[in-house]
Amino acid sequence: MSDSGNSFKRPRGTSFDHLHSFHGGLQLPGHRQVTAATPIAAAGIPPLLVLPLQQHIGEPAECLVKPGDYVCKGQLLATAPAAFSVPIHASSSGTVIAVEERPVPHPSGLPANCVVIETDGKDSYPQTAGSAIDYTQMEPASLCEHIRQAGIVGLGGAGFPTQIKLCNRKQKIELLLINAVECEPYISCDNRLLQERAAEVVEGVRIMRHGVQPDACIIAIEDHMPEAEQALRAALQAVNESGITVTRVPDIYPSGGERQLIKVLTGREVPSQGYPADIGIICQNVGTAASVYNAIVKRQPLLSRIVTVTGEGITHPQNFDTLLGTPVSHLIAAAGGYTEDIERLLIGGPMMGYAVQTDSVPIIKTTNCVLAVTREEMPAPPVALPCIRCGKCTDVCPADLLPQQLYWFARSSNYDAAQDYKLFDCIECGCCAYVCPSHIPLVQYYRHAKTEIWSQEVQKKAADIARSRHESRQLRQARIKQQREERMAQKKQALSSDGGSKDAKKAVIQAALDRVKQKKEQTDSAPKNTDNLTPEQQQLIDAADRRRQQTQTGSNTTD
Amino acid sequence: MLTALITFGLLATVIGLVLGYVAIRFRVDSDPVVDQIDALLPQTQCGQCTYAGCRPYAEAMAAGEADINQCPPGGESTILALADLLGKDPKPLNPEHGEHSIKTVVVIDEQVCIGCTLCIQACPVDAILGAAKQMHTVISSECTGCNLCIPPCPVECIHVIPVKTTTRNWSWPKPDVSTPGVITHE
Repeated sequence: MSDSGNSFKRPRGTSFDHLHSFHGGLQLPGHRQVTAATPIAAAGIPPLLVLPLQQHIGEPAECLVKPGDYVCKGQLLATAPAAFSVPIHASSSGTVIAVEERPVPHPSGLPANCVVIETDGKDSYPQTAGSAIDYTQMEPASLCEHIRQAGIVGLGGAGFPTQIKLCNRKQKIELLLINAVECEPYISCDNRLLQERAAEVVEGVRIMRHGVQPDACIIAIEDHMPEAEQALRAALQAVNESGITVTRVPDIYPSGGERQLIKVLTGREVPSQGYPADIGIICQNVGTAASVYNAIVKRQPLLSRIVTVTGEGITHPQNFDTLLGTPVSHLIAAAGGYTEDIERLLIGGPMMGYAVQTDSVPIIKTTNCVLAVTREEMPAPPVALPCIRCGKCTDVCPADLLPQQLYWFARSSNYDAAQDYKLFDCIECGCCAYVCPSHIPLVQYYRHAKTEIWSQEVQKKAADIARSRHESRQLRQARIKQQREERMAQKKQALSSDGGSKDAKKAVIQAALDRVKQKKEQTDSAPKNTDNLTPEQQQLIDAADRRRQQTQTGSNTTD
Repeated sequence: MLTALITFGLLATVIGLVLGYVAIRFRVDSDPVVDQIDALLPQTQCGQCTYAGCRPYAEAMAAGEADINQCPPGGESTILALADLLGKDPKPLNPEHGEHSIKTVVVIDEQVCIGCTLCIQACPVDAILGAAKQMHTVISSECTGCNLCIPPCPVECIHVIPVKTTTRNWSWPKPDVSTPGVITHE
């Protein structure tokens, strides 16, 4: 990197004078020309759809279908078991052939539970699709319920359930911010969406605005999207909408980050570990706005999204309107296949994406980009050298953190100190690692530290539960022991108070023996549910009885 | 002279009363050091430290009778935390007590179980469900992996399985730290 060391200084006298700026950031080559200029193509219906039960932040959805079930397009496959979760729908019609672990787009490369549908190509909707709702007559709460039922999550990348952002809040919302700032190189799905479906986006934004009732509403786009801006302004004019402003922000990575965008537009900072709603702002992605339009006007749950398939490793880079669950390999084939010198396959952009080992992973709600890179395009990172304390990472950090300090603490597993230095405010944008002259994989250190801290918290919670269970068990045992001692003492007293005559003692013993006998006759110790046993079940029972006898005789002999 | 005596006498009485009240009002029943140590232990209740559970081990450490490196389930991170809390030098885990291994839980082979309840009596956290001559099962979310239920089982139907790594509990691997972290001046 040549001059990216300093906080990016905007030339004075440009059209951005009314905006603020965030600390650091980078100007990166865009690599978007081809995909941003090519129309969105339909990826079609793949033969197999693989729908992971977790495509969002929060609890995984609970599966409702079983292998052999026929499902229509838009049919509910899995429900949300908790408030912080969303349902999953069938993105095309077909037969469920399996509910099993399959490779999913996740940096771990581990498989996760998925519903696998063999499509029949009919793409048939259920009979009762429902008619369009007049959202202006709706209560915000019921609007949120519709959005929740449609399984909508933030399509910008994080997958935060949309209804939680729109509904669960205490503050008055001043600003509804629609984020079309696609700052990461290569990605152009939001840009194409605005160019081709601006009217849908505008309608979606109006629906969300109705739900949120903010004082102002801004759609933020990046400087490199003049066509999208034109389309957006035309769409706003067509519906005579003056309450929504379109604002261009400069091309600085990561100005599309929620916190950075809010800083640029309002000059305000989201509190550390807080949410934008804490300062009266809600930020939603444009793709989310379009899917809200689909859910409310077309009565269609979130079934597809636009995915940028790009990189030098792809023959015809392009954006695709893709059904959720479509395997990446299907998209690659639709884009003309790989070029000869493909090196790596990434999900997401070059800065924040992660490599996957197989192209059988499906497109999920949060997949905005499939990036196939060649060796020249993205060389393998060289061996990390020692830190020379140059401080470039600190200069570019858009969260205004001290990446070097975080690196020491993450490296030495000093997680408390890392948290004191606001590790969890790191947005993992990758700017620090990009400028590091020693090629230290800084972001990986931070991700490692974050996941370690989370797992330690989980362990701590489990230990607390184990402690309380152990303590209550000890209390119970002490109580039982005490009760037994009391009973014994009472009996002893009863015996001695009888004057200690032999007859009285005998009578008590006889009474006790009678009680035992009576109890034995009363209790029905015969096994239950033994009618209509199959021979196998009878065999198992016999085997268990034999083992029981063996252990009894065994323990008798050892005594 | 008299004024000074009276002033100091009064002052002493007032302060004495306040201190006396505070001593009763804010009385600490259990030893706070034991609580702090106990909070760092993994609560496996396995007894590998030779004490009857995590709290007895914590009490022994607070009394200076036990060393900080006797807890295999806690491993290095627990030793470091204990060393930090007690102001001692960290030391490697004492191999006499066992080795730190990945987290495990037990499962009962329900076909083989005879319903003897011995494992239920052994479980320190009540994580096994069952009754006499009824099938037993382990509530795996509550199992601490202490393996105390295994020796009493007369039919060897309890098996140890490692806790599965999934996308939900996976941690990013730590980058290679074999190279020096920073240029040093020598």
